[in-house]
Amino acid sequence: MTTSSVVQETVATTVDHQGSGPGSTEPGKTATPAKGDKPARRRKTNFGMFLWVSPFLVLAFLFSYFPLYGWIYSLYDYKPALGLSGSEFVGFQWFRLLVSSPAQVEQIGKVLTNTFAISFLGIATSVLPLIFAVFLNEVRVKWFRNMVQTLTTLPNFISWVLVYMIAFSLFSSTGLVNDVLMDAGLITTPMKFLDSDQHVWLTMTAWSIWKGLGWGAIIYLAAIAGVDPSLYESAKMDGAGRFQTMWYVTIPQLMPTYLVLLLLSVANLLNNGMEQYFVFQNAFNKEHIQVLDLYVYNIGLTGNSMSMATAIGMLKSLISVVLLFTVNAIAKRVRGQSLV
Amino acid sequence: MTTETISPAAESSSAAVEPVKPNKKRKQDRTAGDYAFHTWNYAIFVVLALLCVYPFYYLIINSVSANDVSALGEVRLVPVGFHLANFEQVFQLNGLTSAAAVSVARTVLGTAATVFASAFLGFMFSQRQMWGRQFWYRFLVVTMYFSAGLIPMFIIMKNLGLTNNFWVYVLPFVVQPFFIVLVKTYVEGMPRELQEAAEVDGAGIARIFLTIYLPNMTPILATIAIFAAVSQWNSFQDTLIYITDQSLYTLQYLLYMFINQANSLAQAAANAGGNLGALADAASTQTPTSIRMTVSVLVVLPIIFIYPLFQRFFVKGIMLGAVKG
Repeated sequence: MTTSSVVQETVATTVDHQGSGPGSTEPGKTATPAKGDKPARRRKTNFGMFLWVSPFLVLAFLFSYFPLYGWIYSLYDYKPALGLSGSEFVGFQWFRLLVSSPAQVEQIGKVLTNTFAISFLGIATSVLPLIFAVFLNEVRVKWFRNMVQTLTTLPNFISWVLVYMIAFSLFSSTGLVNDVLMDAGLITTPMKFLDSDQHVWLTMTAWSIWKGLGWGAIIYLAAIAGVDPSLYESAKMDGAGRFQTMWYVTIPQLMPTYLVLLLLSVANLLNNGMEQYFVFQNAFNKEHIQVLDLYVYNIGLTGNSMSMATAIGMLKSLISVVLLFTVNAIAKRVRGQSLV
Repeated sequence: MTTETISPAAESSSAAVEPVKPNKKRKQDRTAGDYAFHTWNYAIFVVLALLCVYPFYYLIINSVSANDVSALGEVRLVPVGFHLANFEQVFQLNGLTSAAAVSVARTVLGTAATVFASAFLGFMFSQRQMWGRQFWYRFLVVTMYFSAGLIPMFIIMKNLGLTNNFWVYVLPFVVQPFFIVLVKTYVEGMPRELQEAAEVDGAGIARIFLTIYLPNMTPILATIAIFAAVSQWNSFQDTLIYITDQSLYTLQYLLYMFINQANSLAQAAANAGGNLGALADAASTQTPTSIRMTVSVLVVLPIIFIYPLFQRFFVKGIMLGAVKG
């Protein structure tokens, strides 16, 4: 819940920066300090207002901070039936196992390979929404443009379960695609699209693109709308053709947005989420679909290695926070503006 | 926190994404190359749009076609043997009515709670005189950047008595920092004179919030409401992790089970048919396919119905992407 919102949240910032005009470099730090907390205007602090807010702070504490206490389960051999006090304290055993037990190392290696492969495919295809937006912007018929935008954004709003249902009804061995191919005489036995360990990374990336392409393009369409029209005027005066205008005017204007999103996806390298991979997971593709988030679920809640799962999840969270700060520092240095 | 002020004015003007026209050429300027480009460009977008929308269409036409035909996978372009009986019959399935009720309840309650909390907290944190405002605001905002992880979360939920409890669908989503940040920046863009006038008149803080700010925040609250509602309706993972009690299953979870359990589904189908007795003929007897298709349509219809509402909020919505949660 929290880590994925990081991305989203900062995407927000980008949109707004773009909205406020191209090349706007002012740091958007209006959040708290800008509006005068000047001593002259300071009134008496009001404790009653804090009391109004406090029940919500308790909720935030319970669901965000308090679970951190659960990290100590990684130091025990936790058995739910025995409770924490009945479970054996094992120190850093799980962390040591992660790097010393050959079976465990191999398993983690596979999971990390899947995680990185899918993340990198996601990063590699992250340019598609940009291209989509640049070309959609060339469409002059307004209703057509709106219609395309409406229809391609729809998949973003359905759950992964429903995406899986669609995948199932189209690509299972009795699904539409196999039926059509068989009717056309192109194949004689149904092709295994879902129950297969072939091209799992690619198909998962393809489904992500199907779901997110139109939605991802909106941010760029918004950015294009904010490009200074005089840039296009002068490009035209200089005799730039359509593709030259795209390449030398539009795309450079979109680069800041793109780079921010790119950096954030680097920060989220380990966070693929589990929902998509969980619903598509089956006995055939398990080897290649198991990303870190899914692995934690699989061993922790179905395999009952809760402590090991906690240890892995904990490392993942820590590395993610470090990545986020690193990426943020890079962004600060390069753009003079922080991401988060 | 990097957050730019979203003023009420900007809010209303940023409703739609309006691409600029890069180079306005008059018709006679169009070259053959232009025609070729546009033909391809339109063709590709038509294909992309169809790829996105056909699967939904496929689900819908199958759910209203004769069940013996849909089971053979022969409904591809138009409904065959149109009937709507499926939508009555699926509700005879074990657990479907309760799952629908749970889904609706969590969406309504969860959205209401999120919207109210976001509005209230966003407003309160814009009040400079609040005790410890900066600290507590950061206390909330920071929670966006870390997470304890799945298992600690599960254990804590269990200790709090929230596993197999309806409130696990609502309580964790009440306080969503990003929505709060959004409301706060929105409120800071509103003129303070109104509040000052009300204070002079002796209105308390609750009254100022309810009568002055709340009615004027509707654009931002509508945005939050829609994205919170979609996220609630689509939520699947929390049922998977925290719920084993069948009476608390959601529609999404039930659909997931229906996709994977062909055998028990056939059994359920037979039962549903049995309940209807003589009514059942081949075209209206439930099959695993008809059940899956019909439940999918039930799951997706609310989204499609409120979809026109989204459009106005698309740009804002990207910012609220926390929905994906």
